[in-house]
Amino acid sequence: MEQLFSLLDSTIRVATPLVLAALAGMFSERSGVVDIGLEGKMLVAAFASAAAAFVTHSPWLGLLAGVAAAVSMAMLHAFVSVTYNGNQLISGMAINTIASGITPVLALAWFQQGGNTPPLDDDARFHEVTLPFADALANVPVLGQLYSKLLSGHCVLVYLTLLIIPLVCWVVYRSRFGLRLRAVGENPHAADTAGISVARVRYIALFWGGVLCGLAGTFLSVYQTGSFIKEMTAGKGFLALAALIFGKWRPLPAVVGCLLFAFADALQIRLEGVDLPIIGQIPSQAIQVIPYVLTVLLLAGFVGRAVAPKAIGTPFVKSR
Amino acid sequence: MKFGQPSALPRWAQLTVLPALNLLAALLVTALVTWMIGENPWECLQLLVSGAFGSGEGIGYTLFYTTGFIFTGLAVATAFHAGLFNIGGEGQAYLAGLGVTLVVLAFDHTLPPLVLVPLCILAAMGFGAAWAFIPGWLQAKRGSHIVVTTIMFNFIAYSLMLYLISHQLIETGSQNPTTREFGQNAWIPAVHQVAAGLGFSLPNTPLNLTFVLALLACGLFYLVVWHSRWGFQLRTVGVNERAARYAGINVSTTIMLAMCVSGALSGFAAINELLGSTHRMNVSFTNGVGFVGIAVALMGRNHPLGIILSALLFGGLTQGGLELSFEKPVITREMITLIQGLIILFCGAMENLFEPFIAGLFKRKENK
Repeated sequence: MEQLFSLLDSTIRVATPLVLAALAGMFSERSGVVDIGLEGKMLVAAFASAAAAFVTHSPWLGLLAGVAAAVSMAMLHAFVSVTYNGNQLISGMAINTIASGITPVLALAWFQQGGNTPPLDDDARFHEVTLPFADALANVPVLGQLYSKLLSGHCVLVYLTLLIIPLVCWVVYRSRFGLRLRAVGENPHAADTAGISVARVRYIALFWGGVLCGLAGTFLSVYQTGSFIKEMTAGKGFLALAALIFGKWRPLPAVVGCLLFAFADALQIRLEGVDLPIIGQIPSQAIQVIPYVLTVLLLAGFVGRAVAPKAIGTPFVKSR
Repeated sequence: MKFGQPSALPRWAQLTVLPALNLLAALLVTALVTWMIGENPWECLQLLVSGAFGSGEGIGYTLFYTTGFIFTGLAVATAFHAGLFNIGGEGQAYLAGLGVTLVVLAFDHTLPPLVLVPLCILAAMGFGAAWAFIPGWLQAKRGSHIVVTTIMFNFIAYSLMLYLISHQLIETGSQNPTTREFGQNAWIPAVHQVAAGLGFSLPNTPLNLTFVLALLACGLFYLVVWHSRWGFQLRTVGVNERAARYAGINVSTTIMLAMCVSGALSGFAAINELLGSTHRMNVSFTNGVGFVGIAVALMGRNHPLGIILSALLFGGLTQGGLELSFEKPVITREMITLIQGLIILFCGAMENLFEPFIAGLFKRKENK
């Protein structure tokens, strides 16, 4: 039981940045703009937030800086993809490469720590929050334990994410903006005829995607490790992209995908070097590779079929 | 002002003025960053250029890096000509390294160099092509997007190779995840050795005969893409898939073959590194060569001549950047990654960004 709780607990920790990034990708891709730059946006956010938190000793100012950095990258992507009608894939690739270049360069120049930021002081980090009555309820079987062990004791960003998920679902499926978002991603010409500004919707979608990536990156550096480390996103942006495809570009299934991938990750750490009955040791790489293999199979239609938003990747050019 | 329209400039200007302006923009942004971190951009540029081209040793290293970049650049360009964006060059080179290593570890004490090295090259091409074939097949037959699949295949390749190197191929008794050193029979002769045999004395660098293969590959690439039936099919599919289908071209075969050729070309990067320089395989031998290939192909506008020039630029940046980071402790070699990213941005994503600003110049000339 204890082990199960700690396993689920670390699943939530690993899943949070993935969920935020996957939802960011969903905004962008649902509006018809491919976003392979999630990784880069998370990385600049992780660096900017750690740097700002280190200097100002405030995790919240760090968060602000992280979001601002990710949004500025998102706006660059928007300029290339929407205003300039450029190639969205190449632009995403450029953002990733620029991010892995500029973060260690600035980190080394500003902090002289080999491309990382110095460890953040306690007051500059986000901390675990103990929910009210968590201690009192810890002894109540099942429900109390669930509350005090699993729900309580996370960083404030985790709770924020828990609020963001239903909010995003509501925005995408129930709000006026969501309807426009989906329309623009499926058939921009029809949306344009109905008087919707395709460019405006795409800019807004990418803006919110940037905000979410900023949260994800800040979570990694200002909460999880307590400093910025070179290349610390380590493929999480692509994992989030995989989860988004796994969820067929819908918010809730994408979240489920993130939880699944995070669970596999948490399990893999615990299985390292453990002899299982019959099969023996599972190499950690075999579990790490699961999300990627699943995504490939899913895209190929071997397990279900993931169909992308129809207008994805094509710049919208108003007919002349 | 309208952006993102097809270029209306004369062709020579499209091929010279625009790339030069894009490169200039990328370098200006880099200079800005250099200035921001408190260094003198001009001084850094001088150090970089002299590190890359200022000495025989520097030139040797520059050309060694150039070799790998030419191959991955050609690989990305092949896929681009078919309208495919192959991000998987890194994984394909990685897997090619596995093919090379398996052949070498099995035969390096039995086969003579003249048999072993071609066999290794075939293995590299085969493994690279196979790793690229799967995404190609999935794109052609199952409609799954090649970009996402090749990204995923990079990660799969990384995990697979990490497992194989650290569990199966690791040198017995070694703590580091590397294979044993390859036998001398599998070494591709370095240029300085060849030169010494001919009576010249060149500095000792990892530049090896794979460089000659790279130049040959560029020539072959030109002939195949622009002067062969298959090259015509390739470009037709790239420009308009539907038209290609109506013209009776088998689109899915073309796509799959293009990916195979692309993967095989990426494989040569592994040959250059493993047989030409390190003579053993470790977990990070590819070191981003596949990703640099994207920038090289975009900047070289998918033409072999452009690819040679931009590969030379990146080779020089890599070598000069290393020298620069020794001289200036505040500058890391990731500075080169930044330049690479900016070049992808300006030369790839926004290739005609400056066109509206200079279009006027060309119009006025025409009127005269």
